[in-house]
Amino acid sequence: MDLNTLWFILIAVLYIGFFVLEGFDFGVGILLPFLGKDDKRRRMMINTIGPHWDGNEVWLLTAGGATFAAFPEWYATMFSAFYLALFLLLLALIVRGVAFEFRSKDHHPRWRSLWDWCIFIGSLVPPLLLGVAFANMIRGMLIDADMNYVGGFWNLLNPYALVIGLMSVSFCVLHGAVFLENKTAGDLRAASHKTAWRAYPVTVVLAIVAIIGTYLSTDILLQLDINPGMVPLAGIVALLLAGYFIRKEKTGWAFTMTGLTILVTVATAFLILYPNVMVSSIDPAYNLTIYNASSSDYTLKVITVVALLFVPIVLLYQGWSFWVFRGRISEDSALEY
Amino acid sequence: MDALFLARSQFAIVTIYHFFFVPLTLGLSLIVAIMETLYVRTGHDVYKDMTKFWGKLFIINFAMGVVTGIVQEFQFGMNWSEYSRFVGDIFGAPLAIEALMAFFLESTFLGIWIFGWEKVSKRVHLLAIWLVAIASNLSALWILIANSWMQQPVGYVINNGRAEMVDFAAVVFNPNIWTQFPHVISSGLTTAAFFVLGISAYHLLHPTKNKDAYSRSFQIAAIVGVLAVVGVVMTGHSQMQHIVESQPMKVAAAEALWNTEDPAGLSLFTIGDTKNREDVFAIRIPGMLSLLALDQIYGKVQGINDLQAQYEQEYGPGNYVPPVFITYWSFRAMVGAGFAMLFAIAYALLLVMGEQLEDKPRFLRVFLWLIPLPYIANTAGWILTEFGRFPWIVYGLMKIADGVSITVPAWSVGLTLVGYTLIYAALMVADIYLLVKFARRGVESETTDEPTKEPAIALVGD
Repeated sequence: MDLNTLWFILIAVLYIGFFVLEGFDFGVGILLPFLGKDDKRRRMMINTIGPHWDGNEVWLLTAGGATFAAFPEWYATMFSAFYLALFLLLLALIVRGVAFEFRSKDHHPRWRSLWDWCIFIGSLVPPLLLGVAFANMIRGMLIDADMNYVGGFWNLLNPYALVIGLMSVSFCVLHGAVFLENKTAGDLRAASHKTAWRAYPVTVVLAIVAIIGTYLSTDILLQLDINPGMVPLAGIVALLLAGYFIRKEKTGWAFTMTGLTILVTVATAFLILYPNVMVSSIDPAYNLTIYNASSSDYTLKVITVVALLFVPIVLLYQGWSFWVFRGRISEDSALEY
Repeated sequence: MDALFLARSQFAIVTIYHFFFVPLTLGLSLIVAIMETLYVRTGHDVYKDMTKFWGKLFIINFAMGVVTGIVQEFQFGMNWSEYSRFVGDIFGAPLAIEALMAFFLESTFLGIWIFGWEKVSKRVHLLAIWLVAIASNLSALWILIANSWMQQPVGYVINNGRAEMVDFAAVVFNPNIWTQFPHVISSGLTTAAFFVLGISAYHLLHPTKNKDAYSRSFQIAAIVGVLAVVGVVMTGHSQMQHIVESQPMKVAAAEALWNTEDPAGLSLFTIGDTKNREDVFAIRIPGMLSLLALDQIYGKVQGINDLQAQYEQEYGPGNYVPPVFITYWSFRAMVGAGFAMLFAIAYALLLVMGEQLEDKPRFLRVFLWLIPLPYIANTAGWILTEFGRFPWIVYGLMKIADGVSITVPAWSVGLTLVGYTLIYAALMVADIYLLVKFARRGVESETTDEPTKEPAIALVGD
């Protein structure tokens, strides 16, 4: 395996880490107005993700930085192509992050409700936009011979991309609901269970539409025929098992399965993409690939050494932090946020 | 307005705004870590109260630095995609390393620190704040390594129209970083020291049950502050000496030195005619610039006109003169604020050493009004650094105009510029409201545990 492929995999891993981890805290944020009937409950919900959301978000930042370092042409094309979408994503992440820190630091109800809206919108918009962005990347975009995107903002909002965006949101909602069920006690836990069970059929329907859409909109049929291969199949199995475990109220397993579903879905997107990183719908010769978009071999070597040293350490201490905050949050817990 | 102008304005606004929060994060993380260390070592509850009080202000400020930092990483690709293509092979690596080494560490252990008071042992909790402090300052190191490469490109070759890295060690040990990094770190500590001094002084002047906590805070900040301000001045001086060699035009513009002089005088006050490049009115100390820049009374310092002629020969026709008005006055604002802080911090230390903090209320009161000084210096410093590099985005290699995204229309850049500005302005109001609220409320002693009164400011009206 060459370093270009290794970095493609590493970036895939970073996005997987981001969607699996931040996915549940996006879900909790989206569910805030629905499950958070009063201030106490909203605070309980926010405190389940309090120690983690920032660390989870760093996976996205690192994915962005790694793309810049390993595939600068990909970074330049992608970030200028999704200009307005990324602007909205940034605004969402900005108000959301500030809202977590600020909302409970003042008692005024309107102050709190303002920030609660920021948390809701800030959690809803990013998975939607990122779903749309990834769908466009695998479907192909108007990229010219100079690797520049020459389409507009509205070209990005095609039906396939919107379906993937909605699927991404519903994955987060399901993942978040199961997380809450696993992380809280009492009424909130029961309400989370109900929500998870209601979100499940919607997620399944969107997943089916997304699979059909992917067959129709990408060249996956040419690559794989009707057989999707082992990886996407594992995703379907995980999603089915998630339903089973939600039903049985085995919340730990259900959470593992929703996480696995997201993991496999993101992995599938990267498998469809490989060895391209941006697909041109004008001419396949204009595709950005892991070779024509990459940094020099020397740079790839340098960052490989750094990544091999630090990724395992990051995984260890982030895992440890989840272990430290492993208990359930109940009505009597001390709430920081 | 064209996309280039709008993209430059956007970079200026979001970067200055981001760096409004960063220095306090850098410095205050260390000061809070020192306070918690004292708590763990001595077991005195007063240090725990101090840690929690300053820690709360730290967190409010930290949140703003984090969220505005995401914009920083994304905007290179969004507004400056041609720049990103040209430098990505070198510039991307420090950004990726920064995220991997520093951002994960910082965010994870801040989570442990905020939520972990009852969940982890005292020592682990202390370790958490130290890791946050180290990670914050480590992230400053990596982003400054990236910036240093824009100021002084090293360790590269130009290949297929882009800069490619050939020597990672040269990029990391860029000569520019040795003066820039210590300067930024010490200005972070300076910012935090004046922040703590000002708020402590405010409380010492008002009736409080926690006098002890504030005078200890004042003491710590005065000691840290003296070291920091002296560090800022010294590293600033050596940075200037370095830039005279690496970017002579920046120094000439900062001094409004139109023609090469030997010996060169230091401008105290110049009203210049930037169009004709001549003084209208000027007071200069003869020989002083030569002395400061070259350590000798006689010595040639190059002027704007000569450098312009030299660069036209070297790089072709064009304007190589930075906006002199901006660079000249930002330099004066920075240095002026720096020296004002030097006197103030020396006085603070005298007060502490003479144990006469509370006997001098009039002087103590001044410290509250000195809090903006480091902010002025920090902002002016970056304006000088970035404007002074004009017309280069990468010094000597790529001009700013060639780095901007070519497919992003001007209206998009304009729209996002307005969007960021509005949301940043709103957040600034909320942030300052909270900082003032908690700064006023003051130390909440765990032993007395009295409910505190809400201050009578309402941001969101009834």
